[in-house]
Amino acid sequence: MVIKKEVTIKNKSGLHARPAALFVQAANKFTSGILIIKDDQQVNGKSIMGILMLAAEKGSKITIVAEGDDALRAAEELSAILAGDIDTLGMTAKTV
Amino acid sequence: MDKKTVKKQLQLKGIPAAPGIVIGKAFIFGGNDLVPIERKIADKDIPREIEKYNSVILKTKKEILEIEKKISEELGVEHGKIFSAHLLVLEDPVLIEEVIARLKKQKKNIEIIFHEVLNKYIDVLSEAKDEYLRDRISDIIDVGNRILRNLMGAEGKGLDSLSEESVVIAYDLSPSDTAMMHRGKVLGFATDIGGRTSHTAIMAKSLEIPAVVGLENVTDAVQDGDTIIVDGNHGIVIVNPTKAFLAKYQKDKKKYDHMEEGLIELKFLPSETKDGKKIKLAANIELAEDVSSVLFHGAEGIGLYRTEYLFMNRNTLPSEEEQFKAYKLVAQRMKPSYVTIRTLDVGGDKFLSQLDVPREMNPFLGWRAIRFCLARPDIFKTQFRAILRASAFGKIRLMYPMISGVGEFVQAGAILEETKKELRKKQISFDENIEVGAMIEVPSAALTSGIIAREADFFSIGTNDLIQYSLAIDRVNEKIAYLYEPAHPAILNLIKTVIDNGHKEGISVGLCGEMGSDITLTIVLLGLGLDELSVSPIAIPEIKKVIRSVNFSVARQIADEIIRMSTGEEIHKFATNKMKELVPEIATELGIE
Repeated sequence: MVIKKEVTIKNKSGLHARPAALFVQAANKFTSGILIIKDDQQVNGKSIMGILMLAAEKGSKITIVAEGDDALRAAEELSAILAGDIDTLGMTAKTV
Repeated sequence: MDKKTVKKQLQLKGIPAAPGIVIGKAFIFGGNDLVPIERKIADKDIPREIEKYNSVILKTKKEILEIEKKISEELGVEHGKIFSAHLLVLEDPVLIEEVIARLKKQKKNIEIIFHEVLNKYIDVLSEAKDEYLRDRISDIIDVGNRILRNLMGAEGKGLDSLSEESVVIAYDLSPSDTAMMHRGKVLGFATDIGGRTSHTAIMAKSLEIPAVVGLENVTDAVQDGDTIIVDGNHGIVIVNPTKAFLAKYQKDKKKYDHMEEGLIELKFLPSETKDGKKIKLAANIELAEDVSSVLFHGAEGIGLYRTEYLFMNRNTLPSEEEQFKAYKLVAQRMKPSYVTIRTLDVGGDKFLSQLDVPREMNPFLGWRAIRFCLARPDIFKTQFRAILRASAFGKIRLMYPMISGVGEFVQAGAILEETKKELRKKQISFDENIEVGAMIEVPSAALTSGIIAREADFFSIGTNDLIQYSLAIDRVNEKIAYLYEPAHPAILNLIKTVIDNGHKEGISVGLCGEMGSDITLTIVLLGLGLDELSVSPIAIPEIKKVIRSVNFSVARQIADEIIRMSTGEEIHKFATNKMKELVPEIATELGIE
């Protein structure tokens, strides 16, 4: 099963630091492979180094591609971390 | 020693990170200079190199988990968490894949391959302007060096294996480095970068290793084996001190160590004058961890808990739960003594990166502190809820920063009442009689303190800002630093006004600010009639000694005389002379001229 989901980064400081670490920790709970695509860059969603290299800033559009048995759940949960309930302060709320 | 070889004395000023004075030989610690030697390998050696890499990852993981456990137990889970980020880097699938792919392609030893890949990432990330990303780089360097050290078998490079007692000099020390300091061998340390709330500084404090950070160029100024004095009380480092200096510091050190010993005795004695006038001696803190030092130095309470440090150096706001835990911990540890929690004081020179606060022409006169909180009741209420909930676990007092008139105090009170109502509805318990005070640090508040006193339960005079606003001196601007005069007649008169107005309404008036730590002014402040002095924990014993050595009646006469003088210089001179006259042994001990 392959699930694709497009998300806009709403966190003020982009996908760095804490959000990135949370994302990687969450991604590693799933057996599915996770890819993150931004423009023409593509990185492994289970790699903190990869995600940091993306330097995805606030407002950038990224696509999460999950492939595997738990792809659906993975795509849901991971996109929620990025786009879920994050208010204008860059405050990650409910989802984390 | 031959005269020609005598090196010039150099004095550097940095940020005091952990108190105490040490004198010793410098050991330059280059955490980042592990450079492996390149070696070609044969095809058949590739599996062996990969095997080596895998086993080093396992070994490193074990090390990191051990440090994490140790730090979590000793300093709290919050600090241990830094090391979970290290594990993510260590086991990063992309990093591992890239190392192995390069190894197979380039056929070079694993050490050099790993070093190259690591540097590639560091280089790319270094170009980012984002401060959080830079924090990640130091994590990556820290864990990368640990892996490299293990690959190279470079045991004995860490700070746990110093052969003789040394003062460690470094550009920066990672949390891993600091965690490895064994108290016996590392006398103290001094670094180029770092702030007083950095993890390294916090760890130094709890390990009780005197330290000065943020010296900018200490690594350039010092050579291995130089004699170094680290004065963690004042943030001063002296390289190759002259004989005279060395003697002075040996005396200071003795005095400090002696005082530390004498503390235990002084700790349980009340802070009262010879004729029985009591003045509360409280402490200012920034972090929950500071409570140990507060208790150690015998403070009667916490006169100022600056909560903004909970909000700094991070990219999300602390949740109600996180704040609650911190406040509760402080309240519980201080019980039955009181804890004065100051609500969020942002703006001015303290910015929170997670808040979209626009840059201002005059930040100290701008959208800050109570003004910001009143405009963001969501943030204000979250903090109120956390403070109120914590008030069920000890004696907490609430205090608003930067009140400029009674209106703001009343407005904040309305939001507080609303929050209390919500908690009652949910049957969450809190201290119904929680006292609410105003920090008096704006001249308009000082002048109208008689009006504010009818609403407030207590006052605390914040002298740092009061001086800056009253004398129109930007305290961050070095060019006009000479005008920053705590003993200026305007300041003493404002303080007197606030005390008198407060007392007329029957509320207590304290003072929290650097001025309170100026021992030459202790007698004057006492004489003006303050009920509480809140200072950094380390300043408490000396101030207590002065208080216990004088009569209040005499202090009052001195204050009466001083309040009529015309210049700060005159006042300062008079106060110093009186101090030398009344408590000569303390003046000599402190070297007050």
